[in-house]
Amino acid sequence: MLRDYFRFALGTLSHRKLRSWLTMIGIFIGIAAVVALISLGKGFEQAINREFEKIGTDKLIILPKTGVGAPGTNAVAELTEDDLDIVKRVSGIENTAGFVFANSKVEFDDNIGFFFIIGLPEGDERDLVAELQSLNIREGRNLRDNDRFSALLGSGVVDKELLGKNINVRDKIKINSHEFTIVGILEKTGDPGWDGSISIPEETLREVFNEPDKLDEIIAKVANVENINIIADKIKSDLRRSRDVKKDEEDFDVQTPEQLLGSFGDIIGIVQSVLIGIAAISLLVGGIGIANTMYTAVVERTKEIGIMKSIGAQNKDILLIFVIESGLLGALGGLIGIALGFGLSFAVEAVAKNVLGTNLIGAYFSYSLFFGALMFSFLLGAVFGVMPAKQAASLQPVDALRGK
Amino acid sequence: MRQIIKLQDVWKTYKMGNIEVNALQGLELDVKEGEFLAIMGPSGSGKSTAVNMIGCLDVPTKGKITLEQHDISKLSESELAQIRGRKIGFIFQQFNLIPTLTALENVMLPMIFQGVDEEKRKERAAMLLGLVELGDRTNHKPTELSGGQQQRVAIARALANNPDVIIADEPTGNLDSKTGAIVLDFLQKLHKKERKTIVMVTHDASLVKVAERVEFLKDGKIVKSLRR
Repeated sequence: MLRDYFRFALGTLSHRKLRSWLTMIGIFIGIAAVVALISLGKGFEQAINREFEKIGTDKLIILPKTGVGAPGTNAVAELTEDDLDIVKRVSGIENTAGFVFANSKVEFDDNIGFFFIIGLPEGDERDLVAELQSLNIREGRNLRDNDRFSALLGSGVVDKELLGKNINVRDKIKINSHEFTIVGILEKTGDPGWDGSISIPEETLREVFNEPDKLDEIIAKVANVENINIIADKIKSDLRRSRDVKKDEEDFDVQTPEQLLGSFGDIIGIVQSVLIGIAAISLLVGGIGIANTMYTAVVERTKEIGIMKSIGAQNKDILLIFVIESGLLGALGGLIGIALGFGLSFAVEAVAKNVLGTNLIGAYFSYSLFFGALMFSFLLGAVFGVMPAKQAASLQPVDALRGK
Repeated sequence: MRQIIKLQDVWKTYKMGNIEVNALQGLELDVKEGEFLAIMGPSGSGKSTAVNMIGCLDVPTKGKITLEQHDISKLSESELAQIRGRKIGFIFQQFNLIPTLTALENVMLPMIFQGVDEEKRKERAAMLLGLVELGDRTNHKPTELSGGQQQRVAIARALANNPDVIIADEPTGNLDSKTGAIVLDFLQKLHKKERKTIVMVTHDASLVKVAERVEFLKDGKIVKSLRR
């Protein structure tokens, strides 16, 4: 019997094509937005998790806090080699690496560009950095401990021809007016910061940019992941003492993977809830559109309802017929919305990959999302159809037959 | 003959603004199993109201209607619907087919409401359309059929659940005399061959010749009875 009602509803909807389409437009925009949001949100979450898996859960990141200091002094706190030594001495730390960054003019032949220059530390530290950022050599070789004016190019520098087409291993470039030899090109990491940068030995960077002591970032690997929070607290208190700052007034930040993941999650959550709120409004409007269409249908088909009642349809049959019809309006609109939503998120992924060069924004597809959204749109339609359907069901057969 | 429907002192009052109109004023009527009854009367005499009562489409303001021992004024709307679906088949002046359904689907519709399974439904609907000589029109929509053909589909639909009583409200009113005669012929066949009880409402005196009994209605009351 239900199957007959579905068939019946489909027949009626196709009989009123234009109105059915217009009603469905109301619903599919909302559904498309929701599907795209969930797909991209999930995709982003997965990408973040992937990144953290790559980095591992056993690493702490220590960063200077920017904008700390008395108003007007404009002092920016910096980390130094001393801080690195303190972190290194905290028990439970297996390994540390400090980075120093610079921005500089780079020249190759007639090409000039401004690049992010990363100072790669020596020895074990360099291995730690390589592990953290999944740095692999695509061409040439890695930096060595006795290298001085050698440089590694990020994959993007070559692939996007940021310094012209012909650049290759063994070519000479000028960084801050000093000549460097390119010894290697890195594989793509998916992190636009690394892919678009040039790496040189740390000591050389300090010399060329006159930065004897500064560190922009310290990474510490702990021996035992279970103690990571205790170790983070220990690092904090040791650094507070050496830098002479009070608790809660730190001019540095020690981030645990959990915190990083959490703060990403928070941002995603806020963005998603705002957008889903907007989508919900659009769905509400779409639902009201369905209700409106169904009320019109009840008025138009009053006589039909009377006929059906006179040949034995009970109130519940009429109710079901109309609820199924409005549910189908929702589901068909939903189907288009789902296709559009996934299409949109895969388009965003393509743009992110090819234009922005990031792997972080990706679409996520699953059958449960697909069928969940379809079910949701059917229910949405059905719910908004209940009131008109009740009105249809409660019509008196004699009045309905007379078209009243 | 067994009595199928009995109306006792039935009143129906409509409110039109502030004025109360009595469409039926103490109507007394019996319908016996297997008879062909015609109800005649001028327009406004209460014929349609009476036939709606007999068909359980409407309940009286006052009085008692008994359908096979059921007092219909005591039944719920869905119980009435079930009785209509199983025991009564309607034929209307305006055919009243569902425009979005084919002839076959229209005939199948009453069986859907009674939960008949699809195979049986299709078979019976096709058989009934064959009976009204529309076996070659099963997949046509009502708009693709002539008036006479539509009314024959309606006859087939009225027979779908093999009802006890066929109620025909001005069945030829929208047809020319030739196709009207064909439809009337089918009704007569149903009565004679299938032993169906038929209640026909009309204002056309030429139609009543097929009936066994004619009740004349005026101002919501029977004013004359005629038995052949």
